[in-house]
Amino acid sequence: MGVRIELGRRYRFAASHRLHTDRLSEEENARVFGKCANPYGHGHNYVLEVSVSGNVDPATGMIANLAELDRFVEREVIEEFDHHSLNEDVAAFRDVVPTTENLCIEIFERLKSFPRAKLERVRVQETANNSFEYDGNQKGKRT
Amino acid sequence: MFGKCNNPHGHGHNYRLEVTVAGEPDPVTGMVLDLKELKEILQREVMQRMDHRFLNYEVAELKGKIPTCENIAQVIWELLDPKIKQGRLHRVRLYESADLFADCYRNGAAG
Repeated sequence: MGVRIELGRRYRFAASHRLHTDRLSEEENARVFGKCANPYGHGHNYVLEVSVSGNVDPATGMIANLAELDRFVEREVIEEFDHHSLNEDVAAFRDVVPTTENLCIEIFERLKSFPRAKLERVRVQETANNSFEYDGNQKGKRT
Repeated sequence: MFGKCNNPHGHGHNYRLEVTVAGEPDPVTGMVLDLKELKEILQREVMQRMDHRFLNYEVAELKGKIPTCENIAQVIWELLDPKIKQGRLHRVRLYESADLFADCYRNGAAG
């Protein structure tokens, strides 16, 4: 027994995307993605929630030094995503539709090597009304 | 290590505490536990101890510990867990700010 503790931290970035795939016809793209398939894309103010777990260091009272976590997330995700087009500027989305589901997977993959604590999950809020989570479980992994 | 959080005279936060209790709803009342009872427990165990207090000096359970969000959340878990008799404490989430929080779960239970 005992308690398991996670540290949660929120980050924000603004990015644009277009939901469209060459695997579908233009009509099918329009049907599946609706106005999200508009040719010039559109933007969101994303909120990224990162949860890590580990032992609380008795000397510092911390699971991980926040400044280190912030620098890591900034370097691995925010710098490349913030104020960019996910489709055009992030290599992972050249051939993968940048839905928020896929965004979660990409962010998890980028953050899982954080050396100071175990990455438990990432949650990405696309708008106030929809959010997605990924915990590295292979079942959710794209093929 | 602690930056401006280490300033000698301390600093404050408007903490926000989220408590989640899990269990089967009582067949008669339809409740996992009576909210009034939970409110009383929270008032007695957490608010009276911590609200408007200097956490470093005035909270016995935090003696010898640095009052990080992780440590305060764990103290709150340990205060609440034995008091919740109906249902089981599932999660304690303590927000130090809108962008920083700590979650406590029972060890071995899925998040």
